[in-house]
Amino acid sequence: MSGSDSGATWAASSGLAGGTSTEVERGRDEFVALSAITLNVNGRRLRLEVDTRTSLLDALREHLRLTGTKKGCDHGQCGACTVLLNGRRIYSCLALAVMHEDDEIVTIEGLGEPGDLHPVQAAFVECDGFQCGYCTPGQICSAVGMLAEAAAGWPSHVTADVSSPRIALSGAEIRERMSGNICRCAAYPNIVAAIRIVSEGGPA
Amino acid sequence: MRSFTYERATDARAAVAAVSRPGAKFISGGTNLLDLMKLEVERPSHLVDISRLPLRGIEELPDGGVRIGAQAANSDTAADVLVRSRYPVLSQALVAGASGQLRNKASIGGNLLQRTRCPYFYDTAADCNKREPSSGCSAIGGFNRIHAILGASGACIATHPSDMAVAMAVLGAHVELLGADGSARRVAVTDFHRLPGDTPHVETVLEPREMITGVVLPPPPPGRQLYRKVRDRASYEFALVSVAVIVATERGVISGARVAFGGVAHKPWRSVEAEAALIGRPAAMATYRVAAEAAMRGAVGQGQNDFKIELAVRTLCRTLADAIQGR
Repeated sequence: MSGSDSGATWAASSGLAGGTSTEVERGRDEFVALSAITLNVNGRRLRLEVDTRTSLLDALREHLRLTGTKKGCDHGQCGACTVLLNGRRIYSCLALAVMHEDDEIVTIEGLGEPGDLHPVQAAFVECDGFQCGYCTPGQICSAVGMLAEAAAGWPSHVTADVSSPRIALSGAEIRERMSGNICRCAAYPNIVAAIRIVSEGGPA
Repeated sequence: MRSFTYERATDARAAVAAVSRPGAKFISGGTNLLDLMKLEVERPSHLVDISRLPLRGIEELPDGGVRIGAQAANSDTAADVLVRSRYPVLSQALVAGASGQLRNKASIGGNLLQRTRCPYFYDTAADCNKREPSSGCSAIGGFNRIHAILGASGACIATHPSDMAVAMAVLGAHVELLGADGSARRVAVTDFHRLPGDTPHVETVLEPREMITGVVLPPPPPGRQLYRKVRDRASYEFALVSVAVIVATERGVISGARVAFGGVAHKPWRSVEAEAALIGRPAAMATYRVAAEAAMRGAVGQGQNDFKIELAVRTLCRTLADAIQGR
């Protein structure tokens, strides 16, 4: 792709705030749109300029070099890219970076580090909750989000009475709630065991 | 993915004005739209981000109903105390759909507008009247195990994939819309989606630039509510067939019944035929079977999905029995 950059700006109209992009023409009927954004990742505010098409996943990996978050399917089917957005687990592959200015993003790097592991990270080590490790950052971020959802009393598909305010996090509940994370090594029994340790209050 | 310009809306009026730009689309959770944009099934040249509009609230209405803002997340709606206690069928349907991560991102308005999961719609090398009008339908005579058995046409046999909309159909919910000229209107969920006919690319009654602002649930009718979903794996999978029922009995006789199916048609399928066959009849398996067969009168299989007709009958029978017996 070549051509002159016209730099025509799409002006914000009333009721439309921030988050507007700059159009750069790349020849007839072709353009790329760029946007200067600030992301709040693991407690740090980071400025970056991205093509509007950039997923949150690619912004984290390719722009911010936070490669702990993994790209598996890139279509919201595998869970490897799971991060926490304002404390909630989401797929970063199905999120646009430009849509998440000012949101609080936490990746596997922000949960803990060697010597100071998050309890879920420590439990995965303790229970051998992985084999190749590719899905693990997503599994751990997902588990952290899921434990908060269960603590808040959110029902799941296997909850017998959805109107019940409390959730007993059984093995069946953990498996259902973690179904958005695939592990092709099938480390599932140990993943469930690791999550159970944390939900029951840490290793004995 | 094709390039697009982006702007973020902070009020609803500005959003409907902004989407007048040619090639513009609204984006909210983006869980379906971004997937389709990556595949270039959807090719917007401009996105108007409506995810931060103040339309996330879930509030009780004076008549005892509940209004859900269009930007409320699927997860927040499923976990809402009012929804869980008064509309458990909606909570059950929501948690039967997608995964925890998707439910945290997906909005109520976006859920209604999600596109079919017909594999030929996703495959830009295949013919698909929905994706490319007048190109043909590769699903007819193709791999059609997941396709429609009711209300399909010679142009399209796709299904609507939402679980949530099936529960809303059985609850008699209305969709609130804001027009480009600032006017508001309401449409019943059962009238919101269209059958494919000759124009399967026109999926809803939304006017150009119209935006969903909320969903209104009327006070729940008496009776037990239950959602059951049958699918190829236990979790994180679309329905082959799903059923939502609300059923009440008095001294062993069915006094109230509402029935809707998912996974069988181009829209959530409310069955007034089944409802008429239940009301006033004894709460017994023979009644359920007659009602279920009434619901499937006119059902047509496409070869690989013929099994869905009997599956829908049995799923309704079992769901009615469980609801009435309090299981």
